[in-house]
Amino acid sequence: MSFNATRPNLLAAPGVAWLVAFMVVPCVLVLSYAFFQRGVWGGVEYTFTLENFARVLDPLYAKIFLNSARIALTATVVAILIAYPAAYAISRAPRMSQPILLFFAVLPFWSNYLIRTYAWIVLLNREGLINNLLRWLGYTGEPLSMLYTESAVITGLVYNYLPFVILAIYSTLSRLNPELMEASRDLGAGPVRTFLRVTLPLTLPGVAAGGVFVFVLSIGNFVTPALLGGGRFQMVGNLVYDQFLTANDWPFGAALGAALILTMIVLLLLQARATAHASGESKGEASQ
Amino acid sequence: MNASFSGKLPGRIVLLLVFGFLYLPIAVLVLLSFNDSGLPTSWSGFSVRWYGALLANTDILRAAGNTLIVAVFATVISTVLGTLMALGMETRRRKSNGLEALAFAPMVIPDIVLAVALLTFFSRLGLAMGLHTIVISHVIFDLAFVCSVVRARLKHFDFSIVEASRDLGASGWTTFWRVTFPVLLPSIVAGALLAFTLSVDEFIIAFFTAGAGRSSITLPMQIYSMIRFGITPEVNALATIVMGVSATALLISQWLNREQQVP
Repeated sequence: MSFNATRPNLLAAPGVAWLVAFMVVPCVLVLSYAFFQRGVWGGVEYTFTLENFARVLDPLYAKIFLNSARIALTATVVAILIAYPAAYAISRAPRMSQPILLFFAVLPFWSNYLIRTYAWIVLLNREGLINNLLRWLGYTGEPLSMLYTESAVITGLVYNYLPFVILAIYSTLSRLNPELMEASRDLGAGPVRTFLRVTLPLTLPGVAAGGVFVFVLSIGNFVTPALLGGGRFQMVGNLVYDQFLTANDWPFGAALGAALILTMIVLLLLQARATAHASGESKGEASQ
Repeated sequence: MNASFSGKLPGRIVLLLVFGFLYLPIAVLVLLSFNDSGLPTSWSGFSVRWYGALLANTDILRAAGNTLIVAVFATVISTVLGTLMALGMETRRRKSNGLEALAFAPMVIPDIVLAVALLTFFSRLGLAMGLHTIVISHVIFDLAFVCSVVRARLKHFDFSIVEASRDLGASGWTTFWRVTFPVLLPSIVAGALLAFTLSVDEFIIAFFTAGAGRSSITLPMQIYSMIRFGITPEVNALATIVMGVSATALLISQWLNREQQVP
């Protein structure tokens, strides 16, 4: 186990083998199902067809896809709007306390997803904490139905993924050269203009990374819509779940999965391009 | 943003609001777990009876046992494979894009897609599903995280000390255990703790690869079936314990990672 950098080594081989056997092969297998017909009793009949992809575009399912995209996009925008000021405030805190603040901002992200979602059932329930607080404050009307609504689903998504967005935006803010902002001020730009023309464009890669992350995980989510939406809001994740565990239409489920992966790849490529573009820009500005 | 934003007070208010948003829901759960009535309707006195109820619930105890078995096996396998993969990737002469993509994919692929892919794969193979298939599946993302934590450490690793050890006559094996391994140990343990936490908390993939029957239900699957239809007081106590364990593991992991920044 010495490291001879000039000779190829096989240290990565067992891990690579594991990932190929249990991730790449299963994914290729399930995606290949999308090109076959559904068997009469469930399962797969090996007759080539493109019908499953056509069904993804069928108005009924396209509507669910678009609806999921809308919910995921709303969650993404809200998360960015909360995370940006938070990341900004952390980056302006004293140097010593920044890692601690960041650690505690990210800590909830690593705790159990189901439990974090359940906490919102406790808060939003008709018999829940918020309704009890309102009653205690003198509200006498009907308890508010906040659970099992689209807003509840969005709140749950934002709550669960916010820490990652804070982390992504903070990482670009902390690398920002403060002299650029000073230069902008010295040249007569006001604070708002400095923020909009200098700080914001330079931190867009972090915003994009965090945003893509929230969007991809939200659109494929099935736990949050099931728990906080009470199953009333079909999202792509739930649809895939149903095809595999209840409707028993694996080929169609596979086609939906393919659409999810395609969405993810396109967004990641766009994000990579945005990052490359922004880093090119910042280099240009630094050399001026 | 305006000039006053960078001043102390507005920044503090923002942080207070965001940390309140992040931690209040969790704090409410912890507080409720000690509420005698177990319900958010009223505070009826401090009590640990819901923790007692957990110990009497055989379903939960079995699920906790299953989770522990899965997490321990997945952590051990992924720590070994992930560390080797990190060493292999960092000692390559040229960066391989294919290898990078392979190591990155488990962290970004939607859970639901990996879950149905594994379900399809295992049933196509005719493999009976149970705790072993959950372990196989968890190793996929666990090893990717271990690999990325160890690689971060290796980026600052001075390979000339390895050469020095070789020049002084130590064998490759001795060099690894006496030189490389001690330097990497904190990051390996940090990666292992992260893998353990991820495995303990993972729900979707376990749900799809556990097979039918109740014998291989894990803790998150048990929690899901309990919270599906509203508030169950026992869950508050269970949630408090699970979050306590994760937070402790992460604090230790973070502390180990902190140490390594000063070589």
